[in-house]
Amino acid sequence: MAEVKLLGFWASPFSDRVIWALKLKGVNYEYVEEDPHNKTQLLLQHNPVHKKVPVLIHGGKSIPESSIILEYIEETWPQNPLLPQDAYQRAMARFWIKFGEEKMATICAVFRTAGVEQEKAIQEATKLLKIIEEQGLGDKMFFGGDGIGLGDIAFGWLAYLYEVVEKVSAVKVLDADTFPQLHAWIQNLKEVPVVKENLPDHQKLVGHLKRRRETHLALLNCHN
Amino acid sequence: MTRASNLRRMEKEDQINLHGMWGSTFTKRVELALKLKGIPYQYNEEDLSNKSQLVLKYNPVHKKLPILVHNGKPIIESLIILEYIDETWKNAPRFLPGDPYERAKIRFWPSFFNQQLFEGVGRVVTTDGEAQEKATNDLFEKLKVLEEGMKEFFPGGSPTPSINGENMGLLDILMCTLFGPYKIHEEIVGIKMIHPERNPLLSSWLMAQRSNL
Repeated sequence: MAEVKLLGFWASPFSDRVIWALKLKGVNYEYVEEDPHNKTQLLLQHNPVHKKVPVLIHGGKSIPESSIILEYIEETWPQNPLLPQDAYQRAMARFWIKFGEEKMATICAVFRTAGVEQEKAIQEATKLLKIIEEQGLGDKMFFGGDGIGLGDIAFGWLAYLYEVVEKVSAVKVLDADTFPQLHAWIQNLKEVPVVKENLPDHQKLVGHLKRRRETHLALLNCHN
Repeated sequence: MTRASNLRRMEKEDQINLHGMWGSTFTKRVELALKLKGIPYQYNEEDLSNKSQLVLKYNPVHKKLPILVHNGKPIIESLIILEYIDETWKNAPRFLPGDPYERAKIRFWPSFFNQQLFEGVGRVVTTDGEAQEKATNDLFEKLKVLEEGMKEFFPGGSPTPSINGENMGLLDILMCTLFGPYKIHEEIVGIKMIHPERNPLLSSWLMAQRSNL
């Protein structure tokens, strides 16, 4: 089998989702840790347009952009399918994956704001999370139905990264009372062995995001 | 085999409705896709300022167009609709190639069309004076990136009407619906967005599409 290499960054949820997909499919790969402040020649060579992780390199061919990588993995290794067979269900799954990606910045805006701006950010995030919970997840155990699919992988950051965002931003948005279904989903997702065994170190992530938030706030103060 | 016999067998009740806006690139993409596949559909023109109850019912989250409704099931977002059409009606032309790596290469570009090019064209068309000059230069830069990027799909250098070699594929549809009306752009705005000297590949691609359609 051709060699599979993943260029990633330990704190990036976009990297994590590729790791989960590869492991769920039982694909062996070599992981290369990239430092965003000191990018390797390998990364610049394999993602010249955006220069970002993750990049999957399969038999020398490079695939950038996590959502494209996920579709590539699904199509190349059909075992343990992560997308439904039915075309309509697939369209629905793709819609929610896209929705999550487009709204991620808004949902995480609490991280980049303070005071009145942060209050507004909390409201916006709550609205979007409600839509995701009611219309995306609904009564299902997972976004993928009875088992985990690409939707769960794409929203995975909500299950482990968001609580760190909330902690360092001193806010609580995704609480169990307001979002019972999303909360149940988070608990279920964290029990999936591949997810459980492949989460970044919580304390390390807290430290990393704390430093980044301090930088954001310092910049905000400069502009005021 | 004729195209008719290649078509997925249409059930008696197979109903396809497209809710869209005549001026919208995103609506045009879906219309072109349906026409290329030979799929009969009913078109419903929607007024953005006065959306029908149907639109609000089918797209409560975004309230945006176009919406394709297939036997009562709504699908939204033009790119997702195009993939749905390709997966449901497997007759030629196929919008995406079979090989996963070739598909991945093509999938890289739609977001560039949506975010960079579509907005870029919009800015050129809706501004004037200095702002328009800046917008035009920005667009030319982005078209350079597209020109470079498309080279790997046209190894011979001169395009057949399609990236797939024979039929219109996904990127052909995106290119054709965004830049196809270039004559109108030139008339209204007085700017030639795709120029044979600046963008030889993109120009000849557009020409080839025109003659094929």
